[in-house]
Amino acid sequence: MSELRQAHEFDEDKDGGSYVLRLLVTGASPNSTRAISNLKEICETHLKGKYELEIVDVYQQPFIAESEQIIALPLLIKKSPLPQKRMIGDMSDIEKVLRSLSLPAK
Amino acid sequence: MAKERKKEKRNFVYPQIPKTPTGITGLDEITQGGIPKGRPTLICGEAGCGKTLLSLEFITRGALEFNEPGVFMAFEEKSEELAMNVASLGFDLHKLQADKKIKIDYVHIDRSEIEETGEYDLDGLFIRLGYAIDSIGAKRVVLDTIENLFSGLSNQAILRAELRRLFHWLKEKGVTAIITGERGHGVSLTRQGLEEYVSDCVILLDHRVINQISTRRLRIVKYRGTVHGTNEYPFLIDEDGISVLPVTSLKLEKEVSSERIPSGIPALDNMLGGKGFFKGSSILVSGTAGTGKTSIAACLANESCNQKKRCLYFAFEESPNQIIRNMKSIDIHLQKHLDKGLLKFHASRPTLHGLEEHLVAMHKLIKKFDPDVVILDPITNLVTIGSVSEVKSMLIRLIDFLLEEQLTVMFTALSLNTVINEQTDEGVSSLVDTWLSVRDIEFNGERNRGMYIMKSRGMKHSNQVREFIITDKGIDLVDVYLGPEGILTGSAREAQKLQEQTEIALRDSAIELKNREIDRKRKVLEAKIAGLQSEFESAEEELNRIYVQEDLVKKIKESNRQKITGLRRGQEDTVKKKEKR
Repeated sequence: MSELRQAHEFDEDKDGGSYVLRLLVTGASPNSTRAISNLKEICETHLKGKYELEIVDVYQQPFIAESEQIIALPLLIKKSPLPQKRMIGDMSDIEKVLRSLSLPAK
Repeated sequence: MAKERKKEKRNFVYPQIPKTPTGITGLDEITQGGIPKGRPTLICGEAGCGKTLLSLEFITRGALEFNEPGVFMAFEEKSEELAMNVASLGFDLHKLQADKKIKIDYVHIDRSEIEETGEYDLDGLFIRLGYAIDSIGAKRVVLDTIENLFSGLSNQAILRAELRRLFHWLKEKGVTAIITGERGHGVSLTRQGLEEYVSDCVILLDHRVINQISTRRLRIVKYRGTVHGTNEYPFLIDEDGISVLPVTSLKLEKEVSSERIPSGIPALDNMLGGKGFFKGSSILVSGTAGTGKTSIAACLANESCNQKKRCLYFAFEESPNQIIRNMKSIDIHLQKHLDKGLLKFHASRPTLHGLEEHLVAMHKLIKKFDPDVVILDPITNLVTIGSVSEVKSMLIRLIDFLLEEQLTVMFTALSLNTVINEQTDEGVSSLVDTWLSVRDIEFNGERNRGMYIMKSRGMKHSNQVREFIITDKGIDLVDVYLGPEGILTGSAREAQKLQEQTEIALRDSAIELKNREIDRKRKVLEAKIAGLQSEFESAEEELNRIYVQEDLVKKIKESNRQKITGLRRGQEDTVKKKEKR
């Protein structure tokens, strides 16, 4: 899994707030695969059209591990809007993910 | 076969597991070469006992001395803080990092910043560590303190499984790793039970405060596949890093010298076979308060300085100025030696440091000043900061060190009672080569000093008690009076001498009297003998007289008979015959 996938679904909408998310994974490990699909689903459901998601394979860019203070993976970093938030895990706890993204649970 | 075994013993060729030297003073000696190569070692201990410093020193020394780059993964302190902490030890972490000799990676972990949203693993840490190792070709790795993960992440099951994987992975990588862990409560060595993952070598650090003085200790709890020292070894952290001080060096292979060092007291030299102490020997002077121990020590200092030798004087009781002033009164002038730089005082209260720090302070000063003679006055004061056995073990190490350096050392020790025990308070009497005992002899309202040589290895020494006199011209020893009334010293000795003279006069006159009496008796006896003899003579005379009478009677009778026969005219022949006869 060498591709660096970037999803640009950017829309200057009425809320004015756009989400910049970065997901760090380790290749195609089960946790990573689950995290990617879970996160995509969450974003599509709750943030349609106003998020930017970058998925990074740490195996390919090991130096990121130090600069981003990575310990546990998969890791989701919410860069914007502030405050920054970090989430680890396969994103299966949707409630928690939504709370951390300051989104109302539906 | 016996020969073979002997040979093997001499060469020490036992197969050993490969080891990585730590470069830390003393630790490699205890572990006989270092920590296991390519395996993780656990270092555990309470907060502030030096885990981080020890592991950081392992990394830096590895990079500097053994050309083994290392990765230091810090979970507690930032790279900057670490660099500052060891800058005082002369390690420039910035430069080492720039040279790609070491890599410090600070792992920031904060529970409040991280949400756990499901299953995860520690691949991030693996990648990070692996990248760090590969980027500088590291042979050494430190994880300090990995237990911090447990405070940052809540899923214990995942953490434990991942830690196990991590240690396996480290072994596979072939790096020599040190993992530090906080001392746990109760019997467990670490809070999170790391010892169950790391089982090759476990080193326990300890920081104890006894009598308000702290001592750090190190113990190797286990070390698979090798022999190691099992004792608790005190260790120190000072400006040169960590130094572990093995309680005793394992060998007794010191060089010896038969050179002699005069003591500064000629009479004492005479007691010691006429030449003084051996160079490189240890001398103990013990005695009660005020018996002149310091004076003896000052004499030695003065004498060795006079001979252009260097002397280092550790004073634990008096200040240097006090000693100089006091010694002036007995005509020992130390100031001039001090000015010339031959003599150096180091005065400190024993309570200033713990015993170990004292030992290291001494080590350092001795290394720096390079003296020929070292004086410790008095060692008894050290007992105030440590138990007797601790003081003893410290003194053993000090003596070992001094003897290796071929230095002559004099200890003074205060004994609290006048009864001389076979052991001194510090129990060092068996260690020293020469033991002088100065003792108060209280008699007749006076206190006088007596000196004995309790032992003196390797020389013919006097077994006599000497009176030890401190005059304003220095110290002198005189023979004490040993009489039927015991040991007499001072004025009693003089009095005894006078008394003895009187006794001799009295005895002489008594003998004269007796002689005269015998004379008289002889005269009486002689008179008696004369009387008896004259008595005997008169008795003899009486008897003789009777004989004569009888003879006369016989003769007369015979002549009468002849006359009668003549008258009868017969038997003339017979008469004639008888006449002829």
